[in-house]
Amino acid sequence: MDQIWQMLGENSSFLLNGVLTTVGLTILGFGGALVIGTIVAVFRVSPITPLRVVGTAYVEFFRNVPLLTLLILIVFGLPDIGLLFPLFWCGVLGLVLAGSAFICETVRSGINTISVGQSEAARALGMSFGTQLRLIILPQAFRTMVQPLVNNFIGILIGSSLASAVGVSDITNVTQQLNIRYAEAVVLFLLSGAVYLVFALGAGGVGSWLERLVSRSRIGSAR
Amino acid sequence: MTPTPLVEVRAVRKAFGSFEALRGVDLDIGRGEKVALVGASGSGKSTLCRCINRLETITSGSITIDGQPLPEEGKALADLRAQVGMVFQAFNLFPHFTALENISLAPIHVRKVAKPDADAEARELLARVGLSDKADNYPAELSGGEQQRVAIARALAMHPQLMLFDEPTSALDPEMISEVLDVMSELANEGMTMLVVTHEMGFARHACDRVCFMDAGQIVEQNSPAEFFDTPKTDRAKDFLSKLLHH
Ligand SMILES: Nc1ncnc2c1ncn2[C@@H]1O[C@H](COP(=O)(O)OP(=O)(O)O)[C@@H](O)[C@H]1O
Ligand SMILES: [Mg+2]
Repeated sequence: MDQIWQMLGENSSFLLNGVLTTVGLTILGFGGALVIGTIVAVFRVSPITPLRVVGTAYVEFFRNVPLLTLLILIVFGLPDIGLLFPLFWCGVLGLVLAGSAFICETVRSGINTISVGQSEAARALGMSFGTQLRLIILPQAFRTMVQPLVNNFIGILIGSSLASAVGVSDITNVTQQLNIRYAEAVVLFLLSGAVYLVFALGAGGVGSWLERLVSRSRIGSAR
Repeated sequence: MTPTPLVEVRAVRKAFGSFEALRGVDLDIGRGEKVALVGASGSGKSTLCRCINRLETITSGSITIDGQPLPEEGKALADLRAQVGMVFQAFNLFPHFTALENISLAPIHVRKVAKPDADAEARELLARVGLSDKADNYPAELSGGEQQRVAIARALAMHPQLMLFDEPTSALDPEMISEVLDVMSELANEGMTMLVVTHEMGFARHACDRVCFMDAGQIVEQNSPAEFFDTPKTDRAKDFLSKLLHH
């Protein structure tokens, strides 16, 4: 038992950096994926056929390629075409690309829950497609998307552990390295598992709080 | 010289797949004229309204508003739609905006009116529909009749030349129907050009200049309200009216 505490004590800043890297990958990956995923969802519901085709191709590609494959392509493929990013940002990029494909589908189904009457009323008032989305459709759609977005967030959090395989020093990578040195697999992986669990539960808590906020507001459910 | 009508619908056909919802419709609406559009459910009344502000594209024929043919999708169409107010059976208020915001939203973002001016006009419109005290309420906090009155004010805020009403009272509880019809009658008295799809025959008789009766995608009879209700010419109109009376 003492050895374990000693190991954790000696490596506390290494471990903390691992936790912070995981947090950074997840938050940047989710934030970027939310922005890109929303844009691709707008492509997919737009009246312009080429945009819809691009949107569909994007989703089908990035949703159906394993994240690990994507990360390896980014880390080892991009330098071949002259793009050299720090490893951490390669991890973020992979998470944004894969995450945005899933978030796109969340946003798209959120948009589809809004009745056509809403966009017809907006069109009848002379609103352009962009104005309709920005003022009428997306603000209502996001209200229906809180829990699915929490799921997307957790998917990106858990997916971020794959960045360890391409050398990003996230909590999984750090605990792997310590395991090689100390051979304390169970303790170390319980520790990294706990980090993911706490973070995911936190995200779920924030989601429930947001959802209560939405349902308590004076704005009725989207009709 | 007779002035050109505000709306000219000529030989309009509209097909949904192999089904023809409009089968050659001709209709003129003069400036300031109030036309009631009546007919059985499924006869194409909503489709005609929706074609007039191009929520549906027509399959063939032509529609002009103020002499202008309906443009293709895009800026010009948005401008034209803004000239044609539409009130829906289901109100379709924006639930995440207050009554006031529902009214001032399009003036601010489409007509580019400054917010204080748009809000001031929205308050005037709310007063006109008798809802001054509801400015800060969300649609979910309003009764059906109140929501529909806000929806009328919202359409008026764009200063339309023509108002289309598609069964504006059909989703309302009976006690709320008259408050909406009163607002519409007032609007009619002020000289607004109106096309009203309705089952409220009292309104069609007293507030409208003409009644058009639709059946199976065509206008089969049109006449002054008195003539239409008292001496319908076609068997289909007679049949329709007799069914109404027996309800
Ligand atoms: N989007 C649509 N797709 C297919 N059929 C439609 C569509 N809209 C209307 N129709 C059909 O067109 C006919 C006329 O509909 P509508 O104009 O709504 O009639 P009304 O308003 O007189 O009740 C109906 O048979 C309806 O089923
Ligand atoms: Mg109808």
